[in-house]
Order: sequence, then C-alpha cells, then structure tokens
Amino acid sequence: MTTASQPKHRRATRWFHWTNFPLLGLMIWSGILIYWANDIYGIDAGDYTLKLFPQSWFTALGADHRLAEGMSWHFFLQWFFVLNGMAYVAYTVFSGEWRQLAPRRGTLRDAWLVVLHDLHLRKEAPVQGKYNGAQRIAYSMIILFGVLSTLTGYAIFKPVQLFWLRELFGGYDTARLIHFWLTLGYVVFFVLHLAQVARAGWNNFRAMVSGYEI
Amino acid sequence: MKSEELRRLTIKSFAVGGLCAVLALVAWFWLRGQPQDGGIPWALRQVHELNGRLWSKVFSHDRTPPTLGAAAGTKPRVNGLLGLEKPIDQRLWRLQVFAEDKLVQTLPLSGLKLLPLTNTATQFYCIEGWSTRFSYSGVKFSDFMKAFGLATTYRYVGLETPDHLYYVSIDMDSMMHPMTLLALEMNERPLSTENGAPLRLIIPVKYGIKSLKRIGAIRFSNTRPPDYWAERGYDWYSGL
Repeated sequence: MTTASQPKHRRATRWFHWTNFPLLGLMIWSGILIYWANDIYGIDAGDYTLKLFPQSWFTALGADHRLAEGMSWHFFLQWFFVLNGMAYVAYTVFSGEWRQLAPRRGTLRDAWLVVLHDLHLRKEAPVQGKYNGAQRIAYSMIILFGVLSTLTGYAIFKPVQLFWLRELFGGYDTARLIHFWLTLGYVVFFVLHLAQVARAGWNNFRAMVSGYEI
Repeated sequence: MKSEELRRLTIKSFAVGGLCAVLALVAWFWLRGQPQDGGIPWALRQVHELNGRLWSKVFSHDRTPPTLGAAAGTKPRVNGLLGLEKPIDQRLWRLQVFAEDKLVQTLPLSGLKLLPLTNTATQFYCIEGWSTRFSYSGVKFSDFMKAFGLATTYRYVGLETPDHLYYVSIDMDSMMHPMTLLALEMNERPLSTENGAPLRLIIPVKYGIKSLKRIGAIRFSNTRPPDYWAERGYDWYSGL
C-alpha cells in the first residue's frame, strides 16, 4: 500500500521548536523564583485586589525564598534562549519560511473563520496553506513576544547601561510589568497550543517530530 | 514516500527526540549536582562572572540612573539591618582605610566633612525587583580618593561594617562613577541609624545590596575581598 506522505516541517524548524520548549519552560520557572521577591502585580477590583500570583502558589510550587537561585538560572539560560530564538528567526527569514507564517491580507478574516469553525459554529474551514489564519497570527505573535521578552528583560537587567531601552518601555517599573504580562501570554498560548495539538491529532503531531505528514 | 518508509522515519525521529530529551534531563541533573561556588552550581557562577565581565566592558561613567523626580522628604525604605544591630558611639567612630591589609588612614567624620560635598538624586534599584527614589549628599568616592592620594589602580574596593558582619566588594570602575558617594545625608537629613549613620555608601549603578551602611573600613586590593551576598548565591558584579 502506498500512502502519499509529504514533508511539512523542516528539520531546522523542528530542532528550534523543541529546543525552545524546555528553555522557555525553565525561563518561566526561574522567572517565578525571581518574581517571588517582589510579587506586587494584581488586578484591582473595588476594595479587593486579585493577586496574579498569590503566595499559596509559590508555596505549592516550593518557589519561595529562592531569588538567588532563580537569578542564576535566568541569566544562565537566557543565553541559550536568546541564541536559539535568534537562530530560528534568522533561519525563518532566509529560508523563505516566513511566507508561510507571516500574516497577510485576509489573515484576520481567515482567523475569525477558523475560530468559528473550531467552535463548531461554522461548517467549513477556510482554505489554508501550511498554516491557517489563526496559526499565522498566533505563531507570529509568539515570536514577537519572544523579541519583546528579550528587550524588556535586558531593560530591567541593565537599566542604567541600557537606559534608552529602559525609557523605550516607559521606565523600569513598566518594563518589568510588560516582562511579567508577556510571561502570562506564554502560559495562555501554551494551553491553547496544547489543546489544538491534541485536537489535531497524531498525524499533525508526528509532523512536528518527523517532519512528514500524510 | 511509502508507508513503510514513513513508519521507519517516524520511529527514528521519535527515538532521536526521546534520546535528546533524556540527554537534556541528564544535563539538568548533572548541572544541578555540580560543586557549589558561592551557593550555586559552579557553571552558573561562571556565567554570572562572564556576564559581569561583558557588562563591565560596556560600563560608562556617562550613563546614570534617572536623577530627576526624587521624592525629597520621603523615608527611604529600610530593607535590612545587617551589621547594624549593635549600637555604636558615633563620636568614637573612625573610618579605617586599608591597602592590601595595611592600615593607611584612620579618619574621624570631621575629616571627611572637610571634603567638597556633592548633592544628587537617583532612582535606586533593589535586587528584589523594586526601586525607590531619593536625594542624597556626601563625598564623591572619586573626590575621597583624590584628597587622600589613594591609588585608583587597585582592582577592587571592599567595604565592611565595624562589626565585620556585613561586607561587600566592588570593582574600582563602578566606585569611581560620579554618582558613587560616601553619603552623610539622605533626603536632606542626616543618616538615621537604620539608614547607615554615620557614613554609608550609595552606589546607584549597582543593586542596593552593594550600598553598605555604617562603613567601618574600606579596603583596596587586587584580589577580590569577600562579598556577603556573592557567598549566598547572588551575582558578585550586580551592576545595572
């Protein structure tokens, strides 16, 4: 029996993706250890403030009183995270893969139709290339997140030497706040991404490992 | 591609992927199990030091924290009392200056007050992730060096409290930054005991952990004097 299987994801893309996965995970983990030391962010709702990361979570994760450890891992791993990210972006630009990925005219509309389709509110999915409209937006956005995390990260790492970067993000405190919200963004992305991968099934997942799909 | 071929390729890719995952886990546990250097695995300490060396090359006296908008009169946050716990008699206080373990100066506070005073304001960053603003005045460390003919060729400056319980060391270049002061006042008021009376360091190009309160001794050396927080897992350079 012959099945028409074809290449989907390039080898380099797969390596960058799977290298990034544990690195980003550990950056978030060490970031939590650092955030513990000044866990000020919350959403004000009248008299009540909803803490975005309550003490009970730190306790449950065993993530309190580990600031020094968190910083040492964060500034160690950032090298690998940033270099892998830069290599991925360079590869995606020079290989021409960006054409499959970057949003273009009609992407927003397509993405909306994909959402409707995924929620079973619309029968047909829009015609797509390698990625549908929602994927184009989500995957491009997450690259932008990576760039912004790196820049805000450096702005709070060296707020004096990189004063222009600090001011670009509206000062030290704002840069730190953006850095934090981007991290929440990764967590939301991760949950949705995982749900979509589970939904898409084995053929799709195998393509991200072996490169081929049927 | 035939389905048999795809099957082989799939098995191969998952085997390679699984092997890499195992190797990554081994690397993780190996790294965490490495001998400790100042409270963290040796490799992490090396990268802290590497980052410090790289950023000290970029370091410039022209770049400063924001100097405007200090809320004069507000009480500076007190974040620790290391080395301040025993009361001292300020009249008996003397600043001792050592060059490679040799005592070269002993100064009363009046001796320091003869030097030109500098008044400035800054945003001041804590390693915990918050910052504060205040004005402060005192003797520029560079003026202090000039006035007493002290050699700026030493690589390190160590500072310690009179009881030796808190001690830091800092690279000479950062100490010579124009905003590094041996401070006598904060927010136009003489230093309080908790803020480090009678004399403290304020070095806003470093995290606050380096701004030692109640200086008892200053030590010049080409070998790095001990640093309290660097012995406890933190980055020694801690430059901003």
